Amino acid sequence: MRVAIIGCGAVGSLFAANLAQLDDVEVWAYDLSREHVDAINANGLHLSGAGEVVGRLRATTDAAELPPCEFGIVATKAMHTSAAVAATAHAFANGCVATVQNGLGNEEAIAEHVERVIRGTTFPAGKILAPGHVQWDVKGDTTLGPFEPRPAPFAEVQRLAEACTRGGMPTTAVTDARGPQWRKVIFNAATNPIGALTGLTHGRVVERPDLRKLVSGLVDEGKAVAAAQGIELDADPEDLIDHAAKPEVAYDHKASMLQDVEARRTTEIDYLNGGIVRFGREHGVPTPLNQAIWALVKGVEDSWTK
Amino acid sequence: MRVVVAGAGTIGSLFAAHLARVADVAVLTRREDHARTLNEHGLCVSGRSGFTARVAASTDPAELGDAALVVLACKGGDLEPLAASIAGHFPNATVMTVQNGLGAEDVVAAHGVWPLLSAVTFMSGTRHDDSHVEYVLDTATWIGPYRDTTQADAEAVAELIRAAGLKAEAFDDLRPAQWSKLIFNATVNTVAALTGLPHDFHFAAGMLGGLVHDLVDEGKAVAAAAGVELREDPWEMNVHATQHGHAHYPSMLEDVKAHRPTEIELITGSLVRAAEQHCVPVPLHTAVYRLVKAKEASYS
Repeated sequence: MRVAIIGCGAVGSLFAANLAQLDDVEVWAYDLSREHVDAINANGLHLSGAGEVVGRLRATTDAAELPPCEFGIVATKAMHTSAAVAATAHAFANGCVATVQNGLGNEEAIAEHVERVIRGTTFPAGKILAPGHVQWDVKGDTTLGPFEPRPAPFAEVQRLAEACTRGGMPTTAVTDARGPQWRKVIFNAATNPIGALTGLTHGRVVERPDLRKLVSGLVDEGKAVAAAQGIELDADPEDLIDHAAKPEVAYDHKASMLQDVEARRTTEIDYLNGGIVRFGREHGVPTPLNQAIWALVKGVEDSWTK
Repeated sequence: MRVVVAGAGTIGSLFAAHLARVADVAVLTRREDHARTLNEHGLCVSGRSGFTARVAASTDPAELGDAALVVLACKGGDLEPLAASIAGHFPNATVMTVQNGLGAEDVVAAHGVWPLLSAVTFMSGTRHDDSHVEYVLDTATWIGPYRDTTQADAEAVAELIRAAGLKAEAFDDLRPAQWSKLIFNATVNTVAALTGLPHDFHFAAGMLGGLVHDLVDEGKAVAAAAGVELREDPWEMNVHATQHGHAHYPSMLEDVKAHRPTEIELITGSLVRAAEQHCVPVPLHTAVYRLVKAKEASYS
């Protein structure tokens, strides 16, 4: 089996290095960072932290070098999905492409370029320490399922899930993967921008009763949009929010969006709160708080370039 | 005529320096070194005016003698201790508040029986140091009667301020103007503080303009429920201000950048409390109120 990781940042690297442990899987990685790609080709892809892994794989910055693949796993930031998949689509003419990205709208963007698409949500996280070296912060589950408008055959979804699981990334194939996806999106949309706008860590957001109410207001809108689409959440995002606030879990964690804002990087707000607003509009569900938060974070981004 | 200006931030400094051209002005400061600097160097105004005024300054109200007019020009959060510190002083003065938000008059009323005028000011400036303030926006100060005063008293003070070279207007009831400004500030200042944007074109168009419009609408609903007919449409004030060309940095944005406490309680806090009192839902103002409060908490 040949798998190409599209976007080999922290999450992409976790999939790439783990899948490369398998004798029957040939792993390729496509990434725009020349230094990261060169380091991977020279010394392998190193993971440390939650697991110590060295993956031997082929990395490239040139999409034309990718051979035909049975599977693609897209792990770019959401705003780069379309460009990355457009550049690499030729490799998946007979293959299936899965997303393990944050937010809403990635499957739709992938489906503009490839025939067979797999919806996905992943919880493991990490960060790039140096070219070719990724810190594996937390292990976690991944869920994959056919993307309904342009579905990959379920047997193929199962084959990819089975390979990921054997490689050390526990993955479940389900017929409807929207539940975990919306749980994660609602969690992220209700907490990440609040951290980004206030500068507070996850735990400090949650322990302020008035702010916790605002978080719940955002969660409620997200749940209503999910319900209007007939999506059953696999767990309550509220529980995830309170669990993550525990000192031993992620009390001191700065949301990735807060890290983005501090480094003046474009955030994923369009795909989180923006996604909830768009799906809400399509299904006639008002989402005024998500709309307000979306506008405020876009304003933050605008303040860097005015 | 003797005028005491209590509080020498940007607005207090602009009032004190200009009024010193037509009246005998004394400034009540919080810091000793600030008073000393003013006594030694006077107060220099640049920008739209250019002059240096002689003023007497002290941290002790007893040293300033009596006055016909006391202008309380501190920030809202400092008003309670300031009002307490002048209790028992200035027996013949009319006291005028110029704080943002609602409720400043009642804070002062609790500390003395002075006749009270209430005012809001739209002028703005930048305070460069203790003895130098830049006059930036020459918009007016609006004055109205509050307790034991009439429109004629308000007009007399407006006339004095105009003679000093600033803009001022008197009204028989300040609430329509005060609420227009409250809604404007509750919207623009918080959005600026949360986004880091100065008050520029982003506030009048696109997605952020949409949020500003929705915040203004919530504020209008509260005013209507409180029986206040607005003097100006805060949305139009917003659009007009963003067309000035010069992008203004609202004080709340300056405050969060400097990690100082903001006027959120006095501005959005009073709007949210008024909404509660009149049973008007204000989910968006409640959200930005909570966000700014949390941003203040992030300093520590």
